[in-house]
Amino acid sequence: MNNRIMDQAGSAYREVDGKRRQVLQLGGGMAVLAAAIAAGLIKPELAFAQDWNKAAFDTHSVADTVKALGGGAPAESKDIQIVAPDIAENGAVVPITITSNIPKTQSIAVLVEKNPNTLAASFDIPEGTDPYVQTRVKMGQTSLITALVKADGKYYFVNKEVKVTLGGCGG
Amino acid sequence: MAEPMKIRATMQGDKVEVKVLMNHEMETGQRKDAKGATVPAHFIQSVVATCNDKTVLSAQWGTAVSKNPFLSFRFKGGKPGDKVIITWTDNKGDKRTDEAVIAAPAA
Repeated sequence: MNNRIMDQAGSAYREVDGKRRQVLQLGGGMAVLAAAIAAGLIKPELAFAQDWNKAAFDTHSVADTVKALGGGAPAESKDIQIVAPDIAENGAVVPITITSNIPKTQSIAVLVEKNPNTLAASFDIPEGTDPYVQTRVKMGQTSLITALVKADGKYYFVNKEVKVTLGGCGG
Repeated sequence: MAEPMKIRATMQGDKVEVKVLMNHEMETGQRKDAKGATVPAHFIQSVVATCNDKTVLSAQWGTAVSKNPFLSFRFKGGKPGDKVIITWTDNKGDKRTDEAVIAAPAA
């Protein structure tokens, strides 16, 4: 009886010891990471999501977003197509297809002008991938949707209005 | 842990068409719960798709992408039997990677 209690105590101790070791190891890992961040090897935001462009996603107007993405004044282009419903009954799910026919398209961004944050999504198109993306976005209210395309270093855009009968933000 | 994605990759001519349905709540950080407290934002920030060790699409997303995001794109350079691997990372550092084998075109 006594022995068993001792055994249990022993195993509990071992367990604690094991945890402590884990914690120590983890602590060591964190210290290395912290040192790397301090040394400027890894930017803190990079440690989490790979180069997520926080500045661009924090913008509140189309012009600011374009600036944050590094573009000058974009030119309107008929070579970009947005396929989206004219009237979206449910703003929480608005299907959007963007096709760019501009040669050397490098990236496609989806902007919703009247959302709390303008930039919804941005896609990098490597060579060999079609300049075509299809996704679904939320819209708080009736707004212009802007497709911003970067091709050969220049920026082009096209707008399309989508009317929303039921907003997709808030509850 | 996050739920798996549904990925479908099929040949369309000489291109591979990929359709992905992810399982993620995509919380905007604007919504309030019943008590009036703001529900913290929780959303996918980056998505990377690769095929044969080549990145075929990378994306950065904000909170405005719909819940359980859908994504479709096409690329060249894949053939039936190759794998398309897709990884997303959310703003809490959570990750999920799933893969699909490219299917031959439907007859």
